[in-house]
Amino acid sequence: MAMRVGIDLVSVDSVRESIREHGDRYLKRIYTEGELSDCHTPQGIVAERLAARFAAKEATLKVLRPVDEGIPWRTIEVVRQGAGWVEVELSGRAADLAAEGGLSDFALSISHEADYASAIVIAELDLRDQRSDPMMSS
Amino acid sequence: MNEDIRQIIAAHGRLSVDVAGLAPDADLYHAGMTSHASVNVMLALEDHFDIEFPDRMLKRSVFESISAIERALTELRTETPVS
Repeated sequence: MAMRVGIDLVSVDSVRESIREHGDRYLKRIYTEGELSDCHTPQGIVAERLAARFAAKEATLKVLRPVDEGIPWRTIEVVRQGAGWVEVELSGRAADLAAEGGLSDFALSISHEADYASAIVIAELDLRDQRSDPMMSS
Repeated sequence: MNEDIRQIIAAHGRLSVDVAGLAPDADLYHAGMTSHASVNVMLALEDHFDIEFPDRMLKRSVFESISAIERALTELRTETPVS
């Protein structure tokens, strides 16, 4: 069984800058409603949590490996499970790209401190199911 | 337009080098711009030029150099002329 892995590191201060300067336009462009809900506390939005989710989206893109193609950030969603761990769910073009590339069973882990957030994504790669593989399309 | 782009990159790109010294086709990611910083650059460009980058342009190559950004802005402004 082959695997593919992606990792990313995000500056929390860069996320704070985005919130401060672009507000809702930034938040609604990048994150789903569920993600924003998970990052809200009674004290307001938590930039560290947003940064971890952005890192997860970028780490997922490193697994998907799009070739000069725009993938909307909201099609890669971090979903918080009841017990506190997180999973990544794909939709739209991101999901199509995973299917075309023979990628499945995505696993995600995120972490953050005051200054940086990181994420790592691992997916199973089925080399027999790469629909975009020119060797398979003849 | 080129100078406006440089100012926006200087303010939001978090580069590790002086933007003024960068060639138009210099790779901004090699100069220290992160993926998230490129989002801030994108949003600042949208504010400044009153445009919106469509999903098809949300890719690394569009923001990889001053020249690439200039080409994308020219394309967008041609598609949606200011009334």
